[in-house]
Amino acid sequence: MDKKRIVITGMGVVAPNGIGLSSFTNAIKNGTSGILFYKELEELGFSCCIGGIPKITEELKEHYFTSLQLRNFNSSGILYGCIAGIDAWKDAGLETDVTDVDFDSGTIFGTGTSGVEKFREAIYKLDDKKVKRLGSTVVAQTMASGISAYLGGMLGLGNQVTTNSSACSTGTEAIIMGFDRIQSGKAKRMLVGSCSDHGPYLWGGFDAMRVMTYKHNDTPEKGSRPMSVSASGFVPGSGAGAMVLESLESAKKRGATIYAEVLGGAINSGGQKNGGTMTAPNPKAVVQCIKDALKNSEVIAHEIDLINGHLTATSKDAQEIESWTKALQLKGTNFPHIQSLKSMIGHCLAAAGSIESVSSVLQLSQGFIFPTVNCEDIHPEISTMINSNKLSDKLISKPLKIIAKASFGFGDVNACVLFKKFDS
Amino acid sequence: MTKEELITSLKTIVKPYIQDEEAFNNLTEETDFINDLKINSANLVDVVLDVEDKFDIEIDNDSMEKMLSVKAAIDIITNKLNQK
Repeated sequence: MDKKRIVITGMGVVAPNGIGLSSFTNAIKNGTSGILFYKELEELGFSCCIGGIPKITEELKEHYFTSLQLRNFNSSGILYGCIAGIDAWKDAGLETDVTDVDFDSGTIFGTGTSGVEKFREAIYKLDDKKVKRLGSTVVAQTMASGISAYLGGMLGLGNQVTTNSSACSTGTEAIIMGFDRIQSGKAKRMLVGSCSDHGPYLWGGFDAMRVMTYKHNDTPEKGSRPMSVSASGFVPGSGAGAMVLESLESAKKRGATIYAEVLGGAINSGGQKNGGTMTAPNPKAVVQCIKDALKNSEVIAHEIDLINGHLTATSKDAQEIESWTKALQLKGTNFPHIQSLKSMIGHCLAAAGSIESVSSVLQLSQGFIFPTVNCEDIHPEISTMINSNKLSDKLISKPLKIIAKASFGFGDVNACVLFKKFDS
Repeated sequence: MTKEELITSLKTIVKPYIQDEEAFNNLTEETDFINDLKINSANLVDVVLDVEDKFDIEIDNDSMEKMLSVKAAIDIITNKLNQK
């Protein structure tokens, strides 16, 4: 039996360098950084005082939330996720002013943790013996599934409404999970994506691990340096990305605009063996995940035009490139173009996979390769494996057919998805 | 504080939570928070917190359970104010 084809009919994005598809597209084409210095981090004694936070005005919030929803609201991840999710839904031409439930549509919208600042507020009140004063929304804002619960209600979704969580592979995993659900015939369309809170209470643990750069507090835009020999740790980011996935049949029936097709993907874990740990990937599993994704998508390696990597700007970037060369059996000049959006927006953690996937699909549908900034001093270990012109700090105009996107996360978990320019 | 003044204060407090504008505009002592004003039952705890702040009183669990209408709210608030 032929597999069901699944297409992307709507997208939304809230990124540190652009909110909404058009502003985000301009930003990534121009290599615009969304990384700034934050005094709050310095005052709290952070080593890394730079980060990426989307700029959301009060006016914009009121477009998406009722004044009642905004009362005592303090969950930046849910804020970003709802904006991206609703934008994607509208972009797909679907109704947002709904009065009835739609059992054919659901959401898998991931996050790492929800409403950390709201949780902090609640803990202060609790310790002050004021549990009765917490109000009615602490649970909704701090439960992991807060984001899917908010979106499910706003859009009247009646199929599966859930939140996945797999650290920094969350966003890419959500796309594959939604894809699987539609392919298995259990849903017609799924809003998939992920979001991440911003701020010290989320980022502090990473700062303590010394995995974020402390060398660029005076030069924030230069801080996130994937694949560079002077990379010195990641820069934390935040935001959300969202896509409406839909069976081709349903998209055609609605006459929807199609951005791209999701060919397939793979999710696995390295079991924290063979060099894999809680915080480092087992390279064998990364290679396997990429190979499985190609197999699932029925794609052969040399058909891939561009890799949108995980590439966080830590010492693991070279190892990731090595895994790609092994999985694809391509190197030097035969290797595809490769890029990292993190050079502009930092590592948006749970939101990374979805924001980066939105950037991938924009490049496919519009035919360009955005610049990877801050990699003028490419790491010599990387330039021995792949030709250095596979990595560009300038915008390239070029029709693309297939993009591979991978994300890896703490817990030694991996996800890889393949997008193809839509061809009816 | 007169009953009218209490009702006026209460109207300001419940306004953000109501989902039936008409019932709100015609609010009387007999108005029910859930059935008439269509306030989400989860938000009743927020109404109680706002009442506590406004009148500087503490509303115990038993009173809170009874606070489902304008009349009940006025009785409870008056009672608590008298105990101060």
